[in-house]
Amino acid sequence: MRKSTRYITREIELGVKNLTLHGMRSLLTMLGMVFGVGSVIAMLAVGEGASKEALAQIRMLGSNNIIIHSVKPVKETGRSTVRTFMSVYGLLYDDESRIKETFESVKQTLPAKIIRKEGRVGENSLELRVVGTTSSWFDLVNRPMVAGRRLLKKDIFEHRNVVVITEFAARKLLPKNYTIGQRIRIGGSYFDVVGIIQQAHSEGTLQTPDQKNDAYIPITAMREHYGDVFTQRSAGSRIRELVELHQIIVQVKEIEKVEATAKGIETMLAYFHKNKDYRLQVPLALLRQAEATKRTFNIVLGSIAAISLLVGGIGIMNIMLASVTERTREIGIRRAIGAKRNQIIGQFLIETVVLSMAGGLIGIGLGFFIPWLITRIAGMPTEVTTISLILSLGISMAIGIIFGIYPARRAAQLDPIQALRHE
Amino acid sequence: MSQSEESIESSSTNTASVVELEDVQKTYHVGDHTVNALIDVSLSIKKGSFWAIMGPSGSGKSTLLNVLGCLDRPTSGRYLLVGQDVSTLDDNGLSELRLRRLGFIFQSFNLIPQLTVQENIELPLFYLGENARLSAKKAIELADLVGLSDRVQHRPMELSGGQQQRVAIARSLANDPAILLADEPTGNLDSTTSTQIMQLLADLNNQGKTIVMVTHEEDIASYTSNKLYMIDGGIERIERN
Ligand SMILES: Nc1ncnc2c1ncn2[C@@H]1O[C@H](COP(=O)(O)OP(=O)(O)OP(=O)(O)O)[C@@H](O)[C@H]1O
Ligand SMILES: [Mg+2]
Repeated sequence: MRKSTRYITREIELGVKNLTLHGMRSLLTMLGMVFGVGSVIAMLAVGEGASKEALAQIRMLGSNNIIIHSVKPVKETGRSTVRTFMSVYGLLYDDESRIKETFESVKQTLPAKIIRKEGRVGENSLELRVVGTTSSWFDLVNRPMVAGRRLLKKDIFEHRNVVVITEFAARKLLPKNYTIGQRIRIGGSYFDVVGIIQQAHSEGTLQTPDQKNDAYIPITAMREHYGDVFTQRSAGSRIRELVELHQIIVQVKEIEKVEATAKGIETMLAYFHKNKDYRLQVPLALLRQAEATKRTFNIVLGSIAAISLLVGGIGIMNIMLASVTERTREIGIRRAIGAKRNQIIGQFLIETVVLSMAGGLIGIGLGFFIPWLITRIAGMPTEVTTISLILSLGISMAIGIIFGIYPARRAAQLDPIQALRHE
Repeated sequence: MSQSEESIESSSTNTASVVELEDVQKTYHVGDHTVNALIDVSLSIKKGSFWAIMGPSGSGKSTLLNVLGCLDRPTSGRYLLVGQDVSTLDDNGLSELRLRRLGFIFQSFNLIPQLTVQENIELPLFYLGENARLSAKKAIELADLVGLSDRVQHRPMELSGGQQQRVAIARSLANDPAILLADEPTGNLDSTTSTQIMQLLADLNNQGKTIVMVTHEEDIASYTSNKLYMIDGGIERIERN
């Protein structure tokens, strides 16, 4: 046992020595591996960084949730009574109760009316996204409170004029001391600030249920103060819209039932809304899709990597074959002295593995450097995963063995007498 | 005639002989051509003897030495090396035998250029699995024996031909072989250096080493105690001093 480890360390030493003897040649031979491994790790790091961000955003929406948005239909027909003055569309109060009652898999539903109003405290003003909702909002969109409390059931029942604003809004509106207990004017009505909540910080591609400049008020108070008719300012003209609910978030009890429930809701809504004036967003489906995309991405990357590593491996094999020819005499000498065929195989195999592993290690260095550069220059998130490192080392070793075995066997099969006569 | 005498003599002194060859043939096939490189060679080499194998070019001297050195197997016939039948061994068995029983010295020295003098001498010990400290000690001793103790860290390229051959001799001794085989060891050397190398081999023989050497030159052969003349693959005659 000790004898064989000594043998291997000696052989590795000798292999390294042989490789450093032809330093430039070894380096050039390794380049294939270096770039192969380097690009694999770098690409995986970029892919991982990007998908991690996307997945985090999707998870923010909640995997158990189905989010239904009111959407202004392209063609307005049917329910629009005073078409010229007001467009009527979107989710109804009835939709929420129907969903709650129809589907057993639904844990709770969360209605929301969402309008844009100016918030004002003295000199300070901020365009707020006012969300009229229930206390359950804070269970579903789980952000930590910075100060004060959430909206309570009591607030909803009693139509209280209370508001929870985001930290961002608090800083803008209440600059001196952003504490609770102050009164802000939203549109034409006054609300007491009872809580300050952390805001959604990411403004990525996906819409999170909450936004930076949110103000949450009881949905009951919202109806009382602002009604169901909203005035939208768009392109200079004013459009009046009647929308009962802008959004319903449906929380499903079990994650396995999310997709089936979404299908059911879609069918039901289609029946009551002949005009497709709603849109379903299923974070879980998005999650699955993102994961599938990532898998595809990885397969493509894997193929590119496989090809570059194959090229690298062939390069190594080529050099090792040349090396066997070059060192035919040495092989003859070793055989004459008493080296067995397997020991000659071992010698050359170790040399190839050392070469490919060295290439792999330099490649790993490159694989750390490139993502670092990308993050620095392009500001893209990247993450070098441990698994890609382990994989790279394993593959480097495998390449060394696979592409080394043929030259090594060629060396071992040489007839010692012929080998000694070589040159 | 002397050939049959030799083989009779050999069977009677079996215990003291390092090599026993009986009717050894070596045939090469090149295309539809057959070359009889060795024909009916029977030979007994006693422990401590010093042999010169002589003869014209192509007479089979190197072939005989390769068979003796277990680098090649006879096509037919029997070869006993220190009592062991070589013809039954596979490649690994032959390697093992070379490693434990044989030492080679070549015309062109055949040192490994990447390795230092010491590492070259250590090479057989490395394959024997000797530990590094003992190997180094032995290599330095052997370098001293051949008069190169101040050159152990040199590369072969930095040495003269004579010095390289000394290193090769030191290496051939590292495994304490039963027999030293040398194929024209002075073939690449000038006469002064040749004399020095022969002196070294003669010394080794005096200390009891069995040596078989191929040479073309009578004055080189004069260092030996037995001369075997070959012709066309067979033994022509054997002379003893
Ligand atoms: N591998 C081989 N294949 C075919 N024929 C061979 C082979 N090796 C040797 N021979 C032939 O066997 C014969 C003996 O060759 P060998 O090398 O033993 O001669 P030699 O006595 O050593 O000659 P020299 O003094 O020139 O070295 C020669 O005719 C040679 O051509
Ligand atoms: Mg010859």
